[in-house]
Amino acid sequence: MVEIIQQLINGLSLGSIYALIALGYTMVYGVLKLINFAHGDVYMVGAFAGFFAATSFGWGFFPTLLFAMAVAAVLGLLIERVAYRPLRNASRIAALITAIGVSLFLENLGILILHPDPRAFPDLIGLRTFEIGPLLINNRQLVIIGTSVLLMLLLHYIVTRTKMGKAMRAVAEDGETSRLMGINIDRTIAFTFALGSALAAAAGVLVGIYYTRIDPLMGFMPGLKAFVAAVLGGIGLIPGAMLGGLVMGIAEVFVVAFISSSWKDGVAFAILILILLLKPSGLLGRAAREKA
Amino acid sequence: MEGENLPPASSSGVSSASTASSAVNASRNIRPRLTPGWRFGVYFIAFAGLLWLNVWAYLGRFDYYVLGIIMMMGINTILATSLNLINGFAGQFAIGHAGFMAIGAYTAALLTMHARVSFALALVLGGLAAGAVGLFIGIPTLRLRGDYLAIATLGLGEIIRVIIVNLPITGGAFGLSGILPYTTFFWVEGAVILTLVVLSNFIRSSHGRALLAVREDEFAAEAVGVPTTYYKVLAFVMGSFFAGVAGGLFAHYLLFIDPSQFGIIRSIDILIMVVLGGLGSLSGSVVAAIVLTALPEYLRGFAEYRMVAYSALLILIMLVRPAGLFGRVEIWELLNRGRPCSRPGAGPGAGPGPGPGPGSTGPGPEPRTKAESGMKPGLEPAGRQEVTG
Repeated sequence: MVEIIQQLINGLSLGSIYALIALGYTMVYGVLKLINFAHGDVYMVGAFAGFFAATSFGWGFFPTLLFAMAVAAVLGLLIERVAYRPLRNASRIAALITAIGVSLFLENLGILILHPDPRAFPDLIGLRTFEIGPLLINNRQLVIIGTSVLLMLLLHYIVTRTKMGKAMRAVAEDGETSRLMGINIDRTIAFTFALGSALAAAAGVLVGIYYTRIDPLMGFMPGLKAFVAAVLGGIGLIPGAMLGGLVMGIAEVFVVAFISSSWKDGVAFAILILILLLKPSGLLGRAAREKA
Repeated sequence: MEGENLPPASSSGVSSASTASSAVNASRNIRPRLTPGWRFGVYFIAFAGLLWLNVWAYLGRFDYYVLGIIMMMGINTILATSLNLINGFAGQFAIGHAGFMAIGAYTAALLTMHARVSFALALVLGGLAAGAVGLFIGIPTLRLRGDYLAIATLGLGEIIRVIIVNLPITGGAFGLSGILPYTTFFWVEGAVILTLVVLSNFIRSSHGRALLAVREDEFAAEAVGVPTTYYKVLAFVMGSFFAGVAGGLFAHYLLFIDPSQFGIIRSIDILIMVVLGGLGSLSGSVVAAIVLTALPEYLRGFAEYRMVAYSALLILIMLVRPAGLFGRVEIWELLNRGRPCSRPGAGPGAGPGPGPGPGSTGPGPEPRTKAESGMKPGLEPAGRQEVTG
């Protein structure tokens, strides 16, 4: 029982990272109906931006986090402008091939420039472990969970209370109609990319702090898992991405703890197949007829 | 020996040129299905090349290295054309083709090594195993619209790697060695020809028409009674089957396989062959597979830039030509563009080919093919009579 609660705590911190990445997927999917394969690599670039901010500039946790988020937001805008905007009216498969191309481009450019070897992420928050009864929790986990919750609250505020958030929701509902209502679709989509990319970069920095190592291919698996998390919660739904991310993290930690660590990457896949078979609209999704 | 092929091919080409051209001109935007001329030229070049390869291989004139490249060209041809069936003709985005190849490779290799199954049977069983996994992935993901297949196949590549590493019989991460050297030039050749015949006949059958209808507009297809899920799954399973066969050939050619050979990089290699050759062009895939197998051998010095170049190329081609570098048409149709008798309309929707420059991303091939898929069945019997009669 203690073991289960302990793993639940570990799962929550991993899950909040997945949730941060999944939010970007789900927001972009909401406005563009496109799987942004490059999202996992934006997360990688965010982690490296944080790495250089912390090592080259010697910045602390918060400036590093903000710097990484800013760099990733600019990258997200760039990707959207160069690769996705010209293809908005092209066939779906063309957009998907472009997305996978952008993802590969970032990965391989990363390998070329940054070398494939993992690097040690600087120790921005000294490790301290607290004992609560038989449970162990360290301050890094608390920082991860705390930062994630803070960012999600901020996102919630932006989406529900600001004009831009309202535009995002309108475009996600029906792009063409919202354009007729005078919403600048290009700017709204660009903003969505910037926002999602910034959240992914935050996740990258948090992962760097938690696992203390980063490499150019680190975005592939978390990107995949975060997408599954987004589908699990209901693709296009922001609360769904948060829930899906947490479930995903907890499931993965449990499999590692109670079955075998070699199957940890299989969990995401099993969840994806199961959810598509049983409830394709996701845990929080309403069963709706799919639109064209 | 080459002369034997020449007379029937060229004479029928010339005789039907005049009769078919009027039908083509009348139908303007319709893709000229049975345009003569270059079609036979391309066939002739292919047959002549194949004949030369056969004689040379039979006489043992190739050294081991060159023969290896030629066999890899064949294996890549099977992979590229079968992926094109899924991506180009069915319009569903699958990306983990190397995973299906791995299933076929391991199944076939283990069968010939441990169960003493004959090579041909092992290849088929390897293909069937890959097809079965394709069915397992395809049914939940292709039932839905949306791009779940893309993410599921991407994940599948990783899962297959995990399974291979964890199974006791596959040799784990160290790989499987001691595979028997069954794959010869003639086996590869036979498999390539069989694949091309099956795929091109399938695409031109009523099933193939249904598949194209699904690609063009899934809802419209469903509305006229095409069981869309069935055809999407069928195409995906067929593609997986041939990838499995190619994997079996690959294993018995290389004699040593390990999970790292079937990673995302190989999947991307296959994808770029499809994209370069044109989404929906079988002959394009064949040419692209041949060229892109040979090219890295000549550019070994730039090996570390290869993936960066490939990924940049993927983005660039999609931005400029969303239907792939050579578009949806077969090679001979592209060559026929220059001939005055078979110019398929000079309208704005003339599609790929030397016509519209970059920037015409949206209106490129889309409207043309929409009209075409509606018109084709009516045109088909007339065209066929002209050539046979």
